[in-house]
Amino acid sequence: MNTMNKITHHLSDQLLIGYSAGSLPEAFNLVVATHLSMCDECRAAAQSFDSIGGALLHDQPTEDLADAALAKTMALIAKGPKVAAAAPAGNDVPDPLSAYIGGGLSDVKWRPIGLGVRQAVLKTSRAATARLLYIPAGAAVPDHGHRGTELTLVLQGAFRDETARFAAGDVEVADEDLQHKPVAEIGHDCICLAATNAPLRFSAWIPRVAQSLFGL
Amino acid sequence: MRMNLDIAQETGASARPLAYAVLNSNVSDDQRAYFRAVTQTIPKNIWVDHLKRIQTDQDQQAFAELFGYFAPRVKAFLMKSGAAPGMAEDCTQEVMATLWHKAHLFDPSRASVSTWIFTIARNKNIDALRKQRRPEPEELTWGPEAEPEASDIIVMQQESEQLSQAMQALPGQQRELIEKAYFGDLSHGQIAAETGLPLGTIKSRLRLALSKLRQTMK
Repeated sequence: MNTMNKITHHLSDQLLIGYSAGSLPEAFNLVVATHLSMCDECRAAAQSFDSIGGALLHDQPTEDLADAALAKTMALIAKGPKVAAAAPAGNDVPDPLSAYIGGGLSDVKWRPIGLGVRQAVLKTSRAATARLLYIPAGAAVPDHGHRGTELTLVLQGAFRDETARFAAGDVEVADEDLQHKPVAEIGHDCICLAATNAPLRFSAWIPRVAQSLFGL
Repeated sequence: MRMNLDIAQETGASARPLAYAVLNSNVSDDQRAYFRAVTQTIPKNIWVDHLKRIQTDQDQQAFAELFGYFAPRVKAFLMKSGAAPGMAEDCTQEVMATLWHKAHLFDPSRASVSTWIFTIARNKNIDALRKQRRPEPEELTWGPEAEPEASDIIVMQQESEQLSQAMQALPGQQRELIEKAYFGDLSHGQIAAETGLPLGTIKSRLRLALSKLRQTMK
């Protein structure tokens, strides 16, 4: 899935290196893999960081294997490839995301979190949380700050916050200094994939109550 | 080292019987040590040809040679990443089996064999040690009709070789930091964006390779 839209907000090198080195939490990896499916610029960057890993793998002292290792490997090969359960096709989202939804956007089980905004938490490891956000046209995600890092990838529509406009394929990397209030543009509902490695910090008390009720 | 694929293939041919012998458990430790010394000097891009042979002919001898060279590196990588020796051994075998099963997905215009094996080993590491799923971007593959051009393959293999040399030329401390980021448990927050990775022009080459691939996919 390569969006026609010109992507202007990309992943940071730091995140791409983390993805390549394998040190990001699963929820972040999901956002990165989904963005890479939409953005060849970042895909090329990620692959260049992979080639650093390749050089390191190649030029290092080796560890001997057991004598029977090759024979055992040939036996593994004879068993055939591990067949991964085919992800239900969801042709309106990239494959890596579709595997987590179990289909496309119509299969998402949304839950209201107030002010017309809906979310669906995706199952990942606990080090960070991934969620889909549905922001109706013109609606806002309550004003919030971050304790850690928040990645927000636009899948459909567009939103604006204090920093810029983000359209399909764009990803916003928000860190601790950013206090923002994303607003979906008029005309289209906005659907985003977001990941955070710490709970969000809402400025007002109502969203804070919603947060404790809905695990935002 | 700059070289074209023809020369590389010849080098591969001469190393073949020796590589095969070392996998036979009857060889002595001396022979093993000699084999290791010889293989260290074999230029990397011959492995492209090996992978092609696995891909098209299910060539077990090519696989055995590739195994002899890369499996000890994969095992070392997994151990540095925190796997106990027994687990690293088992995971290495699974990584190498995956290499066989996924050989058709290897694209030499977009990666060196080392890089491709690194990605398989890294994913195995995340799966087996960290017990996490690893979301990967959508596969982009050349259809049954199209193939990467030989010149693009050579350029990418040369880029990878130059990158490897540039990495070796880095000051020890800097290389150590990069190794820590890739092998150790340096969290992504600790990896400074300016680790000074000697990437050269590889990213723009990859960008070009991707756009060529996209054109054939239309």
